[in-house]
Amino acid sequence: MYYIEQTVTSFIASAAFGMIFNAPKKALWQCGLAGMVGWVLYIWLQDVGVQKLAATVVAAYCVTMISYFFAKKYRKPIIVFSVSGIIPLVPGGLAYDAMRSAVENQYDQAVQSGAVAFMMSGAIALGLLLSEVTNQVIRKIRASKTT
Amino acid sequence: MEDSVREEREIMKICLLAGQIMLQSGAETYRVEDTMMRIASSYGIDHTHSYMTPTGIIFSLEDPQPMTRLNRITERTTNLYKIDRVNTLSRKISQGGMSIGEAYRELQEIDRTRAIYPLWLNVLMAAVASGCFLIMFQGTWFDFIPAMLAGGIGYYCSVLLHRLIPVKFFAEFSGALMIGLCAVLFVKYGFGHARDIIVISSVMPLVPGLLITNAIRDLMAGHLVSGLSKGAEAFITSFAIGAGIAFMLSFQ
Repeated sequence: MYYIEQTVTSFIASAAFGMIFNAPKKALWQCGLAGMVGWVLYIWLQDVGVQKLAATVVAAYCVTMISYFFAKKYRKPIIVFSVSGIIPLVPGGLAYDAMRSAVENQYDQAVQSGAVAFMMSGAIALGLLLSEVTNQVIRKIRASKTT
Repeated sequence: MEDSVREEREIMKICLLAGQIMLQSGAETYRVEDTMMRIASSYGIDHTHSYMTPTGIIFSLEDPQPMTRLNRITERTTNLYKIDRVNTLSRKISQGGMSIGEAYRELQEIDRTRAIYPLWLNVLMAAVASGCFLIMFQGTWFDFIPAMLAGGIGYYCSVLLHRLIPVKFFAEFSGALMIGLCAVLFVKYGFGHARDIIVISSVMPLVPGLLITNAIRDLMAGHLVSGLSKGAEAFITSFAIGAGIAFMLSFQ
Protein backbone atom coordinates (compact mmCIF):
# COMPACT_ATOMS: atom_id res chain seq x y z
CA MET A 1 0.00 0.00 0.00
CA TYR A 2 2.81 2.35 0.96
CA TYR A 3 4.59 1.71 -2.33
CA ILE A 4 1.44 2.20 -4.39
CA GLU A 5 0.87 5.53 -2.69
CA GLN A 6 4.44 6.62 -3.35
CA THR A 7 4.37 5.44 -6.96
CA VAL A 8 1.19 7.30 -7.80
CA THR A 9 2.12 10.54 -6.03
CA SER A 10 5.64 10.65 -7.45
CA PHE A 11 4.27 10.11 -10.95
CA ILE A 12 1.75 12.93 -10.58
CA ALA A 13 4.26 15.26 -8.95
CA SER A 14 6.85 14.78 -11.70
CA ALA A 15 4.28 15.23 -14.46
CA ALA A 16 2.99 18.37 -12.73
CA PHE A 17 6.51 19.69 -12.66
CA GLY A 18 6.80 19.02 -16.35
CA MET A 19 3.77 21.26 -16.82
CA ILE A 20 5.20 24.02 -14.64
CA PHE A 21 8.34 23.94 -16.79
CA ASN A 22 6.24 24.08 -19.97
CA ALA A 23 7.24 20.66 -21.24
CA PRO A 24 5.49 19.64 -24.48
CA LYS A 25 2.20 17.86 -23.84
CA LYS A 26 3.34 14.59 -25.36
CA ALA A 27 6.39 14.46 -23.10
CA LEU A 28 4.46 14.73 -19.83
CA TRP A 29 3.94 10.97 -19.51
CA GLN A 30 7.62 10.34 -19.90
CA CYS A 31 8.48 13.09 -17.40
CA GLY A 32 6.22 11.45 -14.86
CA LEU A 33 7.63 8.02 -15.57
CA ALA A 34 11.26 9.13 -15.16
CA GLY A 35 10.45 10.85 -11.88
CA MET A 36 8.44 7.89 -10.64
CA VAL A 37 11.16 5.31 -11.29
CA GLY A 38 13.78 7.55 -9.67
CA TRP A 39 11.74 8.16 -6.55
CA VAL A 40 10.53 4.60 -6.02
CA LEU A 41 14.08 3.36 -6.45
CA TYR A 42 15.25 5.95 -3.94
CA ILE A 43 12.82 4.92 -1.18
CA TRP A 44 13.17 1.21 -1.94
CA LEU A 45 16.96 1.37 -1.64
CA GLN A 46 16.60 3.14 1.69
CA ASP A 47 14.19 0.48 2.92
CA VAL A 48 16.69 -2.23 1.98
CA GLY A 49 19.28 -0.45 4.09
CA VAL A 50 21.33 1.50 1.59
CA GLN A 51 22.71 4.84 2.76
CA LYS A 52 20.80 7.94 1.75
CA LEU A 53 23.73 9.32 -0.24
CA ALA A 54 24.27 6.13 -2.23
CA ALA A 55 20.53 5.88 -2.88
CA THR A 56 20.53 9.43 -4.24
CA VAL A 57 23.43 8.65 -6.59
CA VAL A 58 21.68 5.55 -7.94
CA ALA A 59 18.32 7.31 -8.31
CA ALA A 60 19.82 10.33 -10.10
CA TYR A 61 21.76 7.97 -12.36
CA CYS A 62 18.62 6.02 -13.26
CA VAL A 63 16.54 9.15 -13.88
CA THR A 64 19.14 10.46 -16.28
CA MET A 65 19.62 7.12 -18.05
CA ILE A 66 15.87 6.80 -18.59
CA SER A 67 15.81 10.37 -19.84
CA TYR A 68 18.61 9.55 -22.31
CA PHE A 69 16.58 6.66 -23.57
CA PHE A 70 13.47 8.82 -24.03
CA ALA A 71 15.53 11.62 -25.59
CA LYS A 72 16.88 9.19 -28.17
CA LYS A 73 13.51 7.62 -28.83
CA TYR A 74 11.41 10.76 -29.13
CA ARG A 75 14.18 13.00 -30.50
CA LYS A 76 13.81 15.67 -27.88
CA PRO A 77 16.45 17.41 -25.74
CA ILE A 78 17.29 15.36 -22.68
CA ILE A 79 16.51 18.08 -20.13
CA VAL A 80 12.85 17.93 -21.13
CA PHE A 81 12.66 14.58 -19.33
CA SER A 82 15.37 14.72 -16.70
CA VAL A 83 14.54 17.98 -14.92
CA SER A 84 11.23 17.00 -13.42
CA GLY A 85 12.66 13.63 -12.43
CA ILE A 86 15.58 15.14 -10.54
CA ILE A 87 13.43 17.58 -8.54
CA PRO A 88 12.10 15.09 -5.94
CA LEU A 89 15.69 14.14 -5.08
CA VAL A 90 16.65 17.72 -4.23
CA PRO A 91 17.28 17.79 -0.47
CA GLY A 92 14.62 20.37 0.35
CA GLY A 93 13.86 18.90 3.76
CA LEU A 94 17.45 19.06 4.92
CA ALA A 95 17.87 22.61 3.67
CA TYR A 96 14.72 23.49 5.59
CA ASP A 97 16.07 21.88 8.76
CA ALA A 98 19.28 23.85 8.37
CA MET A 99 17.33 27.09 7.98
CA ARG A 100 15.10 26.38 10.95
CA SER A 101 18.01 25.52 13.20
CA ALA A 102 19.77 28.72 12.16
CA VAL A 103 16.68 30.74 13.05
CA GLU A 104 16.51 29.02 16.41
CA ASN A 105 20.14 29.96 17.07
CA GLN A 106 21.26 26.32 17.01
CA TYR A 107 24.13 26.90 14.65
CA ASP A 108 25.85 23.57 15.26
CA GLN A 109 22.77 21.73 14.01
CA ALA A 110 22.31 24.18 11.18
CA VAL A 111 25.82 23.52 9.92
CA GLN A 112 25.29 19.78 10.28
CA SER A 113 22.07 19.71 8.25
CA GLY A 114 23.56 22.13 5.76
CA ALA A 115 26.57 19.88 5.24
CA VAL A 116 24.35 16.84 4.66
CA ALA A 117 22.21 18.83 2.20
CA PHE A 118 25.38 19.87 0.40
CA MET A 119 26.57 16.25 0.22
CA MET A 120 23.19 15.20 -1.18
CA SER A 121 23.48 17.80 -3.93
CA GLY A 122 26.92 16.42 -4.62
CA ALA A 123 25.42 12.95 -4.85
CA ILE A 124 22.92 14.17 -7.47
CA ALA A 125 25.80 15.69 -9.41
CA LEU A 126 27.70 12.41 -9.19
CA GLY A 127 24.69 10.51 -10.52
CA LEU A 128 24.42 12.88 -13.46
CA LEU A 129 28.14 12.59 -14.10
CA LEU A 130 28.11 8.79 -14.06
CA SER A 131 25.21 8.62 -16.51
CA GLU A 132 26.98 11.09 -18.80
CA VAL A 133 30.05 8.84 -18.73
CA THR A 134 27.95 5.74 -19.43
CA ASN A 135 26.28 7.48 -22.31
CA GLN A 136 29.60 8.55 -23.83
CA VAL A 137 30.93 5.01 -23.52
CA ILE A 138 27.84 3.58 -25.23
CA ARG A 139 28.21 6.13 -28.00
CA LYS A 140 31.90 5.29 -28.47
CA ILE A 141 31.20 1.56 -28.63
CA ARG A 142 28.43 2.11 -31.18
CA ALA A 143 30.65 4.36 -33.28
CA SER A 144 33.48 1.84 -33.29
CA LYS A 145 31.11 -0.92 -34.30
CA THR A 146 29.78 0.92 -37.33
CA THR A 147 33.20 1.89 -38.68
CA MET B 1 30.63 39.15 -53.01
CA GLU B 2 27.85 41.52 -52.05
CA ASP B 3 25.30 38.70 -52.19
CA SER B 4 27.31 36.28 -50.16
CA VAL B 5 27.85 38.86 -47.43
CA ARG B 6 24.16 39.59 -47.32
CA GLU B 7 23.45 35.90 -47.04
CA GLU B 8 26.00 35.60 -44.27
CA ARG B 9 24.24 38.36 -42.41
CA GLU B 10 20.93 36.48 -42.71
CA ILE B 11 22.52 33.28 -41.42
CA MET B 12 23.98 35.22 -38.54
CA LYS B 13 20.54 36.54 -37.69
CA ILE B 14 19.04 33.04 -37.65
CA CYS B 15 21.81 31.59 -35.51
CA LEU B 16 21.63 34.38 -32.98
CA LEU B 17 17.84 34.25 -32.74
CA ALA B 18 17.91 30.48 -32.26
CA GLY B 19 20.59 30.82 -29.61
CA GLN B 20 18.73 33.60 -27.88
CA ILE B 21 15.46 31.68 -27.70
CA MET B 22 17.22 28.61 -26.31
CA LEU B 23 19.21 30.49 -23.71
CA GLN B 24 16.16 32.43 -22.58
CA SER B 25 14.21 29.21 -22.21
CA GLY B 26 16.86 27.60 -20.06
CA ALA B 27 18.75 25.21 -22.35
CA GLU B 28 22.20 23.90 -21.48
CA THR B 29 25.05 25.93 -22.90
CA TYR B 30 26.55 23.13 -24.95
CA ARG B 31 23.20 22.49 -26.63
CA VAL B 32 22.86 26.14 -27.61
CA GLU B 33 26.37 26.17 -29.01
CA ASP B 34 25.81 22.95 -30.86
CA THR B 35 22.54 24.18 -32.36
CA MET B 36 24.03 27.44 -33.58
CA MET B 37 27.02 25.71 -35.13
CA ARG B 38 24.83 23.13 -36.79
CA ILE B 39 22.53 25.73 -38.32
CA ALA B 40 25.51 27.71 -39.63
CA SER B 41 27.23 24.67 -41.10
CA SER B 42 24.10 23.42 -42.81
CA TYR B 43 23.94 26.76 -44.61
CA GLY B 44 27.51 26.26 -45.69
CA ILE B 45 29.53 28.16 -43.11
CA ASP B 46 31.81 25.72 -41.35
CA HIS B 47 34.12 27.95 -39.36
CA THR B 48 32.18 29.39 -36.47
CA HIS B 49 33.00 30.29 -32.92
CA SER B 50 30.59 30.93 -30.14
CA TYR B 51 30.97 31.95 -26.57
CA MET B 52 28.13 32.35 -24.18
CA THR B 53 27.31 32.98 -20.59
CA PRO B 54 23.77 33.03 -19.17
CA THR B 55 23.66 36.78 -19.84
CA GLY B 56 24.94 37.03 -23.40
CA ILE B 57 25.99 35.34 -26.63
CA ILE B 58 29.01 36.20 -28.77
CA PHE B 59 28.91 34.50 -32.14
CA SER B 60 31.30 34.88 -34.99
CA LEU B 61 31.33 33.54 -38.54
CA GLU B 62 34.64 33.27 -40.39
CA ASP B 63 33.89 33.08 -44.08
CA PRO B 64 33.27 34.56 -46.54
CA GLN B 65 33.93 37.58 -44.39
CA PRO B 66 34.71 37.65 -40.67
CA MET B 67 31.67 38.85 -38.78
CA THR B 68 30.97 38.93 -35.06
CA ARG B 69 27.83 39.85 -33.19
CA LEU B 70 26.92 40.14 -29.56
CA ASN B 71 23.49 39.47 -28.14
CA ARG B 72 22.55 40.44 -24.64
CA ILE B 73 20.19 38.16 -22.70
CA THR B 74 18.33 39.76 -19.86
CA GLU B 75 15.24 37.71 -19.16
CA ARG B 76 15.49 33.98 -18.51
CA THR B 77 12.60 31.64 -17.83
CA THR B 78 11.99 27.93 -18.03
CA ASN B 79 10.22 26.87 -21.18
CA LEU B 80 11.07 23.35 -22.30
CA TYR B 81 8.58 23.59 -25.14
CA LYS B 82 10.54 26.33 -26.91
CA ILE B 83 13.81 24.45 -26.50
CA ASP B 84 12.20 21.43 -28.05
CA ARG B 85 10.83 23.41 -30.98
CA VAL B 86 14.13 25.10 -31.79
CA ASN B 87 15.81 21.72 -31.52
CA THR B 88 13.36 20.22 -34.01
CA LEU B 89 13.81 23.19 -36.31
CA SER B 90 17.59 22.90 -36.30
CA ARG B 91 17.25 19.23 -37.12
CA LYS B 92 15.02 20.10 -40.05
CA ILE B 93 17.49 22.73 -41.24
CA SER B 94 20.45 20.37 -41.11
CA GLN B 95 18.52 17.85 -43.15
CA GLY B 96 18.37 20.55 -45.77
CA GLY B 97 14.62 21.04 -45.80
CA MET B 98 14.44 24.77 -45.16
CA SER B 99 15.40 27.99 -46.82
CA ILE B 100 16.89 30.84 -44.82
CA GLY B 101 13.73 32.94 -45.03
CA GLU B 102 11.49 30.10 -43.90
CA ALA B 103 13.71 29.28 -40.98
CA TYR B 104 13.79 32.89 -39.84
CA ARG B 105 10.02 33.21 -40.00
CA GLU B 106 9.52 30.05 -38.02
CA LEU B 107 12.03 31.16 -35.40
CA GLN B 108 10.23 34.46 -35.02
CA GLU B 109 7.01 32.58 -34.55
CA ILE B 110 8.59 30.37 -31.87
CA ASP B 111 9.96 33.47 -30.19
CA ARG B 112 6.50 35.00 -30.02
CA THR B 113 4.76 31.99 -28.47
CA ARG B 114 4.14 32.38 -24.81
CA ALA B 115 3.81 29.62 -22.24
CA ILE B 116 1.75 26.75 -23.62
CA TYR B 117 -0.17 26.22 -20.42
CA PRO B 118 -2.30 29.00 -18.94
CA LEU B 119 -1.34 30.45 -15.58
CA TRP B 120 -4.25 28.93 -13.68
CA LEU B 121 -3.19 25.49 -14.85
CA ASN B 122 0.37 26.15 -13.71
CA VAL B 123 -0.85 27.23 -10.31
CA LEU B 124 -3.11 24.20 -10.10
CA MET B 125 -0.20 21.94 -11.03
CA ALA B 126 2.01 23.60 -8.43
CA ALA B 127 -0.72 22.90 -5.88
CA VAL B 128 -1.09 19.28 -6.97
CA ALA B 129 2.68 18.78 -6.94
CA SER B 130 2.87 20.22 -3.42
CA GLY B 131 0.18 17.85 -2.23
CA CYS B 132 1.91 14.87 -3.81
CA PHE B 133 5.26 15.87 -2.34
CA LEU B 134 3.64 15.92 1.06
CA ILE B 135 2.74 12.26 0.68
CA MET B 136 6.18 11.47 -0.73
CA PHE B 137 7.83 13.08 2.29
CA GLN B 138 5.81 10.81 4.62
CA GLY B 139 3.12 13.31 5.51
CA THR B 140 -0.40 12.24 6.37
CA TRP B 141 -3.38 12.59 4.03
CA PHE B 142 -4.88 15.01 6.54
CA ASP B 143 -2.30 17.59 5.52
CA PHE B 144 -2.83 17.07 1.79
CA ILE B 145 -5.24 19.99 1.28
CA PRO B 146 -3.27 22.47 3.43
CA ALA B 147 -0.10 21.67 1.47
CA MET B 148 -1.97 22.11 -1.81
CA LEU B 149 -3.31 25.47 -0.73
CA ALA B 150 0.00 26.71 0.61
CA GLY B 151 1.90 25.53 -2.47
CA GLY B 152 -0.60 27.05 -4.90
CA ILE B 153 -0.78 30.37 -3.09
CA GLY B 154 3.00 30.58 -2.77
CA TYR B 155 3.59 29.79 -6.43
CA TYR B 156 0.92 32.23 -7.61
CA CYS B 157 2.35 34.91 -5.37
CA SER B 158 5.87 34.45 -6.73
CA VAL B 159 4.70 34.49 -10.37
CA LEU B 160 2.59 37.58 -9.81
CA LEU B 161 5.34 39.47 -8.03
CA HIS B 162 7.83 38.46 -10.69
CA ARG B 163 5.65 40.24 -13.23
CA LEU B 164 5.14 43.30 -11.08
CA ILE B 165 8.61 43.82 -9.67
CA PRO B 166 11.57 42.87 -11.84
CA VAL B 167 13.88 42.15 -8.92
CA LYS B 168 15.06 38.62 -9.40
CA PHE B 169 15.15 37.03 -6.00
CA PHE B 170 12.39 39.01 -4.35
CA ALA B 171 9.62 36.97 -5.99
CA GLU B 172 10.98 33.72 -4.58
CA PHE B 173 11.49 35.33 -1.21
CA SER B 174 7.92 36.56 -0.95
CA GLY B 175 6.55 33.29 -2.34
CA ALA B 176 8.34 31.43 0.41
CA LEU B 177 7.13 34.01 2.91
CA MET B 178 3.52 33.37 1.88
CA ILE B 179 4.02 29.62 2.19
CA GLY B 180 5.47 30.05 5.65
CA LEU B 181 2.57 32.29 6.64
CA CYS B 182 -0.03 29.84 5.29
CA ALA B 183 1.59 26.88 7.02
CA VAL B 184 1.84 28.67 10.35
CA LEU B 185 -1.78 29.86 10.18
CA PHE B 186 -3.11 26.45 9.08
CA VAL B 187 -1.36 24.69 11.95
CA LYS B 188 -2.41 27.34 14.43
CA TYR B 189 -6.10 26.97 13.58
CA GLY B 190 -6.02 23.20 13.45
CA PHE B 191 -6.38 22.93 9.69
CA GLY B 192 -3.02 21.19 9.35
CA HIS B 193 -0.86 19.08 11.63
CA ALA B 194 2.77 18.93 10.61
CA ARG B 195 3.99 22.43 9.87
CA ASP B 196 7.49 21.41 8.76
CA ILE B 197 6.38 18.90 6.15
CA ILE B 198 3.74 21.27 4.80
CA VAL B 199 6.38 23.95 4.32
CA ILE B 200 8.93 21.62 2.72
CA SER B 201 6.48 20.17 0.22
CA SER B 202 4.87 23.51 -0.69
CA VAL B 203 8.25 25.09 -1.31
CA MET B 204 9.16 22.47 -3.92
CA PRO B 205 7.53 24.27 -6.92
CA LEU B 206 9.79 27.26 -6.25
CA VAL B 207 12.98 25.18 -6.20
CA PRO B 208 15.21 26.12 -9.17
CA GLY B 209 15.43 22.57 -10.48
CA LEU B 210 16.40 23.42 -14.04
CA LEU B 211 19.19 25.71 -12.88
CA ILE B 212 20.63 23.04 -10.60
CA THR B 213 20.74 20.34 -13.28
CA ASN B 214 21.98 22.77 -15.91
CA ALA B 215 24.73 24.11 -13.68
CA ILE B 216 26.05 20.59 -13.18
CA ARG B 217 25.73 19.65 -16.83
CA ASP B 218 27.43 22.85 -17.97
CA LEU B 219 30.32 22.34 -15.59
CA MET B 220 30.73 18.76 -16.80
CA ALA B 221 30.75 19.90 -20.43
CA GLY B 222 33.55 22.36 -19.65
CA HIS B 223 31.53 25.58 -19.76
CA LEU B 224 32.98 26.80 -16.53
CA VAL B 225 31.72 30.37 -16.58
CA SER B 226 28.14 29.39 -17.43
CA GLY B 227 28.16 26.53 -14.95
CA LEU B 228 29.41 28.65 -12.10
CA SER B 229 27.05 31.53 -12.77
CA LYS B 230 24.05 29.22 -13.06
CA GLY B 231 25.16 27.54 -9.85
CA ALA B 232 25.36 30.93 -8.18
CA GLU B 233 21.89 31.82 -9.43
CA ALA B 234 20.51 28.53 -8.13
CA PHE B 235 22.22 29.05 -4.80
CA ILE B 236 20.92 32.58 -4.34
CA THR B 237 17.41 31.51 -5.35
CA SER B 238 17.46 28.70 -2.80
CA PHE B 239 18.83 31.13 -0.27
CA ALA B 240 15.99 33.56 -0.99
CA ILE B 241 13.47 30.76 -0.45
CA GLY B 242 15.18 29.75 2.76
CA ALA B 243 15.30 33.35 3.95
CA GLY B 244 11.57 33.75 3.31
CA ILE B 245 10.79 30.67 5.37
CA ALA B 246 13.24 31.61 8.10
CA PHE B 247 11.77 35.11 8.28
CA MET B 248 8.33 33.67 8.91
CA LEU B 249 9.53 31.11 11.44
CA SER B 250 11.43 33.71 13.43
CA PHE B 251 8.15 35.42 14.30
CA GLN B 252 6.81 32.28 15.89
